[in-house]
Amino acid sequence: MATSKQRQAEVKRRLTGLADMVIAAAAKKKDPMMKIPVRSLSNVKFNGKKRIIEMGKKKQERSFFNLGQAKKFMQTILVADALAELQNANLTTSLREIYYRTKHTIEGSHENTFDGQNESDPLIEDLEVSLAALREEFHVRADNGGTMVGPIVLEDDGDRIDCTKLGKGGYSIPSIVEPGYIDIKKCTADFVLLIEKGTQWNRLSEDKFWKKFNCILLTGNGQPPRGVRRLARRLHEERKLPVYVLVDNDPWGYYIYSVIKQGSINLAFESQRMAIPKAKFVGLSSFDPGKYDLPRNVGIKLNDKDINRAKELLNYPWFQKPHWQKEIKGMLSSGLKYELDALANKDFQFLTKVYLPQKLKERDWID
Amino acid sequence: MAKTKKKTRGATAQEMGDSQRSISVSEFFTKNRHLLGFDSPRKAMLTCVKEAVDNALDASEEAHILPEVHIILEVVADAKGHKPSAAQAKRFRVTVIDYGPGIVRQQIPKIFAKLLYGSKFHRLRMSRGQQGIGISAAGMYGQLTTGKPVKIISRTSAKNQAHYFEVQIDTKKNEPRILEKKQIEWENHRGTQVTIELEGRYVKGRSSIDEYVEQTAIANPHVKITYDPPDGERRVFERTHNELPEQPREIKPHPYGIEFGMLLKMMHDTKSHWLSGFLKSDFSRISGPLADHICKEAGLSPKKRPRDIHGEPAEKLYRVLQATKIMAPSTNCLSPIGEKAILYGLYQQIKGDFYTAVTRPPAVYRGNPFVIEAGLAFGRGSGDDQKKKRKKTIDGPLAEGEGKDTQRELARIIRYANRVPLLFQMSGCATTKAVLDTAWRNYGVSQSRGALPQGPMVIFVHMASVWVPFTSESKEAIADYDEIKKQIKLALQECGRRLGIFLKRRDRAKSEFRRRNVFELYIKEVVDSCNRLKGGKLPVKKLTKQLTEIAEKVTGGTKTDEILGKTGAGPEGLPSSIIVTEEGVEGDIPLMAGDTIELPLGDAPPQAPGAEEPESVSPEIEKAKPKPKKKAKSKAVKKKKKPAPKAKKKAVKEKAAKKKAKKKPAPKKKKKSLPAKRKKK
Repeated sequence: MATSKQRQAEVKRRLTGLADMVIAAAAKKKDPMMKIPVRSLSNVKFNGKKRIIEMGKKKQERSFFNLGQAKKFMQTILVADALAELQNANLTTSLREIYYRTKHTIEGSHENTFDGQNESDPLIEDLEVSLAALREEFHVRADNGGTMVGPIVLEDDGDRIDCTKLGKGGYSIPSIVEPGYIDIKKCTADFVLLIEKGTQWNRLSEDKFWKKFNCILLTGNGQPPRGVRRLARRLHEERKLPVYVLVDNDPWGYYIYSVIKQGSINLAFESQRMAIPKAKFVGLSSFDPGKYDLPRNVGIKLNDKDINRAKELLNYPWFQKPHWQKEIKGMLSSGLKYELDALANKDFQFLTKVYLPQKLKERDWID
Repeated sequence: MAKTKKKTRGATAQEMGDSQRSISVSEFFTKNRHLLGFDSPRKAMLTCVKEAVDNALDASEEAHILPEVHIILEVVADAKGHKPSAAQAKRFRVTVIDYGPGIVRQQIPKIFAKLLYGSKFHRLRMSRGQQGIGISAAGMYGQLTTGKPVKIISRTSAKNQAHYFEVQIDTKKNEPRILEKKQIEWENHRGTQVTIELEGRYVKGRSSIDEYVEQTAIANPHVKITYDPPDGERRVFERTHNELPEQPREIKPHPYGIEFGMLLKMMHDTKSHWLSGFLKSDFSRISGPLADHICKEAGLSPKKRPRDIHGEPAEKLYRVLQATKIMAPSTNCLSPIGEKAILYGLYQQIKGDFYTAVTRPPAVYRGNPFVIEAGLAFGRGSGDDQKKKRKKTIDGPLAEGEGKDTQRELARIIRYANRVPLLFQMSGCATTKAVLDTAWRNYGVSQSRGALPQGPMVIFVHMASVWVPFTSESKEAIADYDEIKKQIKLALQECGRRLGIFLKRRDRAKSEFRRRNVFELYIKEVVDSCNRLKGGKLPVKKLTKQLTEIAEKVTGGTKTDEILGKTGAGPEGLPSSIIVTEEGVEGDIPLMAGDTIELPLGDAPPQAPGAEEPESVSPEIEKAKPKPKKKAKSKAVKKKKKPAPKAKKKAVKEKAAKKKAKKKPAPKKKKKSLPAKRKKK
C-alpha cells in the first residue's frame, strides 16, 4: 500500500526523533527528557459519544539524569534503536526477540542492559503511546493467538486463503492483520461470531455451524489478542458485518466482551482502531440457565475474587446501562457462574443445535 | 496371696526411717549432672574446658599476672590402640595449662576433687566462677565416664618444686581420694596444668569449643590463648591489650539484695554485739545514723544482740530494711571489660567495616550492682576470603534470573557474663530479648517483626556483676530482670545510633558515587544508540562530552571522586558493589579520618597510635564530620601532624605499605598499630 510506505517512513522519523531530542538537550546542557502518556486506569476516559475507552492526557516524564529513571531512559533509547533497525531491514519480530537483541552487558561493568523481558515489554508499549505508532507499525508481532473459519477469502503474503477449506482447524490469525499484510478478498458471511473459548469454537467448527448460519467463527482463546480484535474490527468496518460475542458467564467473560466492544484500559490508545462499539453480547447471560433450563448443579460458586471483580465492573462507566447492571447483579445474586461448556450437560450439541439458533432467532442479546 | 497383700500395704514409719540417710552433694550431682552442664558428651566436654579456663583466668588475674592459657584437646586411643578421627572419637583428653600463680600443695586435692570447695562462694566479688562446683564437677564427670583420675601439675614459683597429683572424688563422702602424688620436674616456672579424660564429642560450629575459645578471646583481649583442637592446626589468639583489667573489690551485701533467711543467718553469724553495729558493718551503704533509724523504725533497740532477734521482730526488721531508702551499692566491685578492650577484641576476631563499643554506667538489680557493655561489629570486611566469595558468586554478566537470590543473614549475638561466653539457651536470655526489643530499623538496619536484625552484624553483650542471675546452675542464660534488660537496651541503642551514623554516612558517599557511575555507564549506551538511530553520522565524542558534563553538574561535580578517592573503591564500574574497604576504616572515609589521630590525646598517651579505634565512634564523630570532608586529603594529614607526629608518620607508612601489598588481608595490617606489637618494637 502506498500509505504504508509513507507511514513507515513516518514511524522511522519519529524513532529517530528520540535521538534528536537527546542531542538537542545535550547541546543546551539540559537533562534529556521524554514525555510518556500514563497507561493506567487513572488516565483512561470513557467516551460516551463514541462509546469507546480513550486515553487521557496525563503524561509522565522520563529524564536521563535522574537516578531512578536513568536506566529506563537508556533502555528506552536502546529499544527505539532496535525498532529502527527493524524498519531499516523491513523485518518483523517478537517481543522476546527485541529483548534478546537489546540485551548486553554495559561496557566496563557487570550490569546488563536488561535483566528480563518484563523490563523491555512495557518500554515498547511506552514507545507506541508516546510516538503514536502501533506495535504492528513497529514491526513487532505478538503470538498467533486466534483462529478463524467461515466464508471468507484472504490474501496473506501473496497466498490466497479460502477459510471454507481449512478443515476443522481453521486459519491461524497472525498478530499483524493490517491492510497490506492481510487483505480481505471476498467475504459472503452475514455476521461474525467471536467465541471466548477455543473448546467451544471447536465444537461449532466441527458442527459446521458457520455453514448453516453463514457466519465467520473467530476465537482468541481467552482474552483475544490484538490480531483477532483488529480483524474482527476490520470485518465489521469494511464488510459491515455485525459482531456477536459468546463468552462464559463470569466477570472475566463480561470484561472480554467489554474489551472487544470499547477497548482495554492498558491499550486504551488502540481503542480507536480496535474497538467495535456495536458488538453484541449473546451469552452466556445470567438469565440463560433459567431460560434454557440448566440445572443449578452445573454452576460454579463465585469466589471472593469473582465477586470483587464483578463489583468493579458495576462501577465502570461502560457498564452503566440498566440491562447490564441487571445482568451483573443477576449473577451476583445467584452466587453462581456458568461456563459455556456447561451447556453440554443437556446435550453435546446443545450449543449448536438449540442454544445459538434460538438466541439468534429471538435476537436475544445485550448491547 | 495374703502375703503379697500385706507387703503392698506399705512400709512402716520405722522402716522408712531406717532407709533415710543423708545424700552427699557428689552423689546428688552424679545423678543430676545436667544441672551443671554435663548433659550430653558434647556439652560436657565444652563445660570441662570452660571450667578449667575460667579458673585459670580468675587465678591469674587475682595474682596480677597477665593470663596465658594453653588448651589441648586430644583423642584417646581405644584398647586396641586405634585412634578414631576427631569427629568420630568418643573419648578425649582435655588439658588446660596456665602460667598463673599455681596452687599450694595441700589445696590441690580439695580444689579438684571436692565439690563446693572454693574461694569464690563466700564473697561478693565479681569473678568468672562462682560456686566452686565447676572444675571438680568436670573431674567427677571424667571419673564417671572413663574411670580415670584427674591429673594435676602445679608449681607456685621457680624456687619451688612442681607437684604432680592424681586425684579422684569419693562420691559418698565428697572428699578427695589421692591416687598418686609426687614431686616432678616441670618446664614451666609457675602455673597449673589439669588433665581430665572424659567421654565427649568434638563438634564444630555453633556452641562448640572452637566458638567458646574465639568468643573468650573477644571478651578477654588481655589473654593469650593457644588452642590445639583434636584435628586441626594450632590456633593462637594473641594478646592485644596489655593491661590487666582492674581488680574487682569485694563488697558486703546490700540490704536490698538479701532474703529473709539470709538475714537471719547473718544475724546469727555476725561478730557484732549490737544490732546497729551489725547493720553498719555487715551491709554496704548503711551508715551509723541510718542504722539507728532502721532500728527505730523496726521498734528494736540498737543495742540488742543480733543473735537474739528471731521471729516476728526479725521479719519486721527485714521489711523495714526493704522499705528504707538506702543508697545504691558501690560499684567498684565491678570490673567491666572497657570500651577499648572490647573494640580490640572485636576487631581482632571479627571481620567487618565498622566497630563500636559502649560501657554503661553501673546499675543495680535487687541490691546487686552490675554493668552492661555492648559492642557491635558490622560489615563483611574486605579480607581475601571475601574477595574469593564474591568471585564465586558473580563472574561475568548475569543471565536472566541469576544472582537475585540474596538471602538476608541475621545478626549474631555473642553473650557474656563476667567475661565468660554464654553458648546455650540463647532464646531464653535477657540479652536476646533486649536485642529483639531494640528498634534496629531506626538505625538503618532492617528487622522483621519479632526477629533479629538483618545484616552482617555481630552484637556483643556483656554483663558484669558480683552476682549474675543465671536461669540455671549451668550458667547458660541471664535471667530477665527489668533493670538488666533496660540497661542492655540502652547500651544497644547507643551502639545502634553510632551504626546508623556510619551507615548513613557510607550510603551517602556510595549513592553519590553510584549516581555518577550509573550516568557514566549509561551515557555510552545512549550515545551509541543515538548514533545508530542517526545512521552513524553523529559526532559521538562531542555528545559524550556534553552529557558527561551534565552528569558532573547534576551529581555535585568532582566531590564524589574526592570523597571516595575514586581510584580503587570496589570493582570497577559495578555500581551496586562498592565496598568500604579497610582503607575506609583507616582514614580515607570521612567518618574515621578525623578521629583516628585526634583522639588519643585525651587518652593514655603511650597507647596513642593504638587508640585509634576505641572511642573513634563516640561523640567525636560529630566533631570530625565537617572537617575532612571539605578539605583535601593532604591538608587533613597536615593537621594531624601537630598533635601526634609519630602517628602521622605511621599512617603514611601504612598507606604506602598498603599500596604495595594490596592483597594482604586487612586485619594483619591493623595489628601493626595495636599497642601489643608496638611495645615490642
